[in-house]
Amino acid sequence: MRRYLAGRLGQAVAVLWAAYTVSFLVLDLLPGDPVSAMAAGGLDQAAIEPAQIEALRREYGFDQPILVQYLNYLGRAVRGDFGNSVATGRPVTSTLADALPYTLQLTAAALVLAVVLGGAVALYATYTAHRWLRQLLMSLPSLGVSLPTFWIGLMLVQLLSFRLHLLPAFGNDGAASLILPAVTLAVPTGAMLAQLLAKSLLTTLDEPYVQTARAKGAGRTRVHLRHALRNAALPAFTMAGILVGNLMAGSVVVETVFSRNGVGRETVSAVTVQDIPVVQGVIVFGASTFVLANLAVDLIYPLLDPRIVVAAAQQRSTG
Amino acid sequence: MHRAPQTTAVRRRLIATLAVAGSIVLTTACGSDVGTAGAADGDAAKAGGTLTFAVGSYAGCVDPQQVGSNDTIYALRQIVDSLTDQDPATGKVVPWLAERWEVSPDARTFTFHLRPGATFSDGTPVDAQAVKDTFDAAPKLGAKAVLAIGYLSGYTGTRVVDDLTAEVSFKQPNAQFLQATSTFSLGLVSSASARKTADQRCTEGIIGSGPFKLEGYKANQSITLARRTGYNWGSSLWRKPGEAYLDKVVFTIVPEAGVRTGSLQSGQVDAIGSVGLADESALQGGGNVDLRARANPGVVFNLGLNNSRPLLRDLAVRQAIQAAINRQEIVNATFPTGSKPATSVLAHTTPLYTDLSAQLAFDPGKAVSLLEAAGWRLGADGIRAKDGTRLSLEVDWFANAATNRPTLELIQQQLKAVGVEIRLRELPIAQITQIQQSGDFDALWGNITRADPDILRSSYSTALANTYRLDPGKLDTVLDEQAATTDTTKRQALVSQAQQLIVENAYVIPVVELTTELGVAKRVHDLDFEASSRIQLHDTWKS
Repeated sequence: MRRYLAGRLGQAVAVLWAAYTVSFLVLDLLPGDPVSAMAAGGLDQAAIEPAQIEALRREYGFDQPILVQYLNYLGRAVRGDFGNSVATGRPVTSTLADALPYTLQLTAAALVLAVVLGGAVALYATYTAHRWLRQLLMSLPSLGVSLPTFWIGLMLVQLLSFRLHLLPAFGNDGAASLILPAVTLAVPTGAMLAQLLAKSLLTTLDEPYVQTARAKGAGRTRVHLRHALRNAALPAFTMAGILVGNLMAGSVVVETVFSRNGVGRETVSAVTVQDIPVVQGVIVFGASTFVLANLAVDLIYPLLDPRIVVAAAQQRSTG
Repeated sequence: MHRAPQTTAVRRRLIATLAVAGSIVLTTACGSDVGTAGAADGDAAKAGGTLTFAVGSYAGCVDPQQVGSNDTIYALRQIVDSLTDQDPATGKVVPWLAERWEVSPDARTFTFHLRPGATFSDGTPVDAQAVKDTFDAAPKLGAKAVLAIGYLSGYTGTRVVDDLTAEVSFKQPNAQFLQATSTFSLGLVSSASARKTADQRCTEGIIGSGPFKLEGYKANQSITLARRTGYNWGSSLWRKPGEAYLDKVVFTIVPEAGVRTGSLQSGQVDAIGSVGLADESALQGGGNVDLRARANPGVVFNLGLNNSRPLLRDLAVRQAIQAAINRQEIVNATFPTGSKPATSVLAHTTPLYTDLSAQLAFDPGKAVSLLEAAGWRLGADGIRAKDGTRLSLEVDWFANAATNRPTLELIQQQLKAVGVEIRLRELPIAQITQIQQSGDFDALWGNITRADPDILRSSYSTALANTYRLDPGKLDTVLDEQAATTDTTKRQALVSQAQQLIVENAYVIPVVELTTELGVAKRVHDLDFEASSRIQLHDTWKS
């Protein structure tokens, strides 16, 4: 187990390093640099003395060879120091630390909603005896997956905030302002979850052990929830890593539409002005989250499904 | 070194200005050209309340000297006072923190006499030392302070003559500096703020002497201002003496245009910035919102031609492009109501602007005959060619205004009609400087907001950056002379001549004036534009 864990951690570090390096190269290959972007902050065409720009490039270290820049950044990043944002002058770590709680609130609320709603749709769609209701419920997830998050957000704001004046349209003060963004972000995630769970439930309900349970006299509800769901939920659980990734990506759009602060908004502003330190920080953060989520899934999986451990042990003994 | 400053008639002008300001306060019937009729209705202006203003973006910095973006300047303009103010109606520079000033005849030395009694919000006095500290610090601020650095170009220092007298010197004539002292970029900060690093100033904010002080800000969320109690040194242009009316102003950052307009209509905010043509119909519907528009002074949106390109060295080609553009059609199709087609290279709100609309008239016939005469013949593909070279240009543009794409697509069609091909290339904003410096472009699309005609020199003098690769010539002389002239009449003649030269030679093709449009709820009164089309909130009140 310890060797397994060490191996996985090693992989995680390699993934992080690769993400860091590739993104650094991509950002460096882009034409333009943060100094020019900043100097163009007035968003007009006023010309700046070339000498002035050169001096600033020197100040921020953008005049050094790419390898030197890379090693400098990497050396500090390993120690958890991603430098200062070029645009705001604040340390990248505190910029992200300030934004993170908002994104966590949003993604956590969306995840809960997605699991509850997606699970409910999948369960009821496979449970109901009405053919038309089943078909309606089964078609909801594909609709949810295909609607753009952006559009859902704007529609919800239009209706619930501008027309009915029920909820605020922007900001992140208080629980009321969390409802619309969380629902918007939960729709695609919940739909994905529902699709997967419904399919898996249908397969499981056909399995012989379910027949056995029925034959032994278990009620429909009991069979559905106790026997089928527990097995059917496993593939959905495997998706947790991807879901977390989806939620992070979705937060970029949702935070913009609902004017919320958060990691997504920071990402958008950093990319716009090629604020390399912040973009790098976001990438490492995103990659770590993804890696950790997947690692957590891998570690918890054997607890839920004993077959995994057995399979691993067998592999080891044969190999 | 001692120079005898020329004493201008500033004192007389001060009295005149105060008299005008006073009469406006007394009669309250005039209002400004942009104010609401609130005060005129006999409604007594009411103190108190919070104004919520939704803007589209957040610059990530709360130092007015290091921010150029309008959305953030709206807030930060309120926390600093300037030495002078500029009348949006006349372009005249009038007293604010300086009650009078003298400019040396060579336009290299400016002596400001400060009004007594003004203080920064940390209690320290607004004195000559603060002027010196502010100006000494500004050029060292770095990339984000390009506006301030540009205004102070050639700055050699400030001499503290006495507590209330500061003498600012430059190594070359710098006539635009007087107007520059009225801008937010040269707003005075306390000596303590001036000692901070650029990054500290950005994150902690600065101590100003303005009618509001920075109460707090949340990145990507909001900037909150609170009224400065005891404020009593407002600009001579303001109608209300003493403190501002509003208790608080909250600038909320709402990136989505649709959400901004909806929030204004549903009463969740009091005013919004960056209203576009597409948002207008929604706002006009309810009847509870006023739209306010004012053209930004400075260089209008233009096709900045690269005059060193073989195709564009040909005067006939440049002039033909100038004549083939239907400016009114562009205004109608893509710009907010109230926008105007370009009638010079400067917008009509710029001081010393000259109306050259006759030379910028839409005349496709003229364009065709110019091109024919120069030997450009229509090819089978509808594009003209000469000696095997097609008349095809690439226009580079940046996504810094929503109107850019539709405008350029329309220009593309209009030029196609006379046989000129335009290829559009969108570039990231981070590349602007690089493109300008490398000269690797046919034409650049853009504008510059600046309320002084010296912007023509920064943009088109071949002695400076010379982005558009003009050949040295008469224009340089004229531009240098206007920068060295403090006599307004003489300067007017020179600036007119410069505009003439640029338009006649079609060095760049003026197209349309940038108009700033705000949506303001009817319960908000006297929310005024200042001379550079940003806002001033001292006189603003809510009923």
